[in-house]
Amino acid sequence: MRRVSLLSAAFGIALSGAALIHAVPAQAADTVTIVIKDHKFEPAEVRIPANKRVTLLVDNQDATSEEFESGEMKVEKIVGGRKQIKVMVGPLKPGRYPFFGEFHEATAQGVVIAE
Amino acid sequence: MLASLIIVFREVLEAGLIVGIVLAATQGVPGRGRSISLGIVGGIVGSCIVAAFADGISSLFADTGQEMFNATVLLIAVVMLAWHNAWMAQHGRELARDMKAVGRAVQSGEKSLAALAIVIGVAVLREGSEVVLFLTGILASEEGGIATVATGGLGGMALGALVSVLLYAGLLQIPTRHLFATTTWLLTLLAAGMAATAVNFLAQGGILMAGGTVLWDTSDVLRDNSLVGQALHVLVGYTDRPTEAQLIAYVGVVVGILLLTRWAASGAPPSNNSRVASAAE
Repeated sequence: MRRVSLLSAAFGIALSGAALIHAVPAQAADTVTIVIKDHKFEPAEVRIPANKRVTLLVDNQDATSEEFESGEMKVEKIVGGRKQIKVMVGPLKPGRYPFFGEFHEATAQGVVIAE
Repeated sequence: MLASLIIVFREVLEAGLIVGIVLAATQGVPGRGRSISLGIVGGIVGSCIVAAFADGISSLFADTGQEMFNATVLLIAVVMLAWHNAWMAQHGRELARDMKAVGRAVQSGEKSLAALAIVIGVAVLREGSEVVLFLTGILASEEGGIATVATGGLGGMALGALVSVLLYAGLLQIPTRHLFATTTWLLTLLAAGMAATAVNFLAQGGILMAGGTVLWDTSDVLRDNSLVGQALHVLVGYTDRPTEAQLIAYVGVVVGILLLTRWAASGAPPSNNSRVASAAE
């Protein structure tokens, strides 16, 4: 009995976290496309509006997977070979936010400029 | 070749640290080796499955499948850690006090071990599937990629195992009477950090739209993706640019687990019941 209530209390913690979530569908109002080709980003410099949520669409035209990552923008997502992914970033303060492809870090480098 | 080793090691580091903490937290619990091994092996098998269906998973839930997968897996681990800590708070004293209860407690102790095995399993699963995708990419695209894959894969995993052993050995230096309190805190902060990471995945997927503002930036002092930063990220949930939602999740889980363990430890100690039961016999 007590074990059951223990478990439900543990789930309660998880649920209180879930309560934070507002089920708002991702809106494609501000979408910027970044293409991966030959393990390089095109464009390597992307301008986005500051102080609002922006969707980055990463289009991987290589046959191999890539991990699109940026500590500055707090994103990390696998892009399969010849696949596309979307990540939402921000709201970002004006500034430079580097990103990279973790699987080909030597060449896959880029930067988002929020302004 | 060295690059692949480093990438694999970075992915394996998180699971390695978690295994180290769990080893210390279960010091002296019978059957822990089997549970922990099961968690690791299960995680590796799961990694291969997840990697094989990566594109399918990614396209689920309007292309937020990866985020949903990561967030779910992290939240499962948070619940398991909370449950384990509460169980230990409830039974730890009983274990020491009442020898009669030990047989029964070992049985339910296996459930607590199972919870930790799941924590390890999902940690391996999350990072492991990325390793598999990375290594299969090399196999597909490079001449003689198999050597790179073997060095990177096996070397990275060996380094991860070394991290587990070092952390475990380090934690065992703590005097036994403080060890339990220390690992309880480590598991609590581990859970809080995982919750904060889960929240970040929900924000990235556009599922959580509020609380995305970064509160402070300590990346000048210690960057997330430095080795020390990454280790602290796993151990205490360090992040150089926490968002509002992450801070709420972190504090919420710490407070939640503290209340849960306090509540589990209070009330009628189960050892009294067993004493009454044996007196009645």
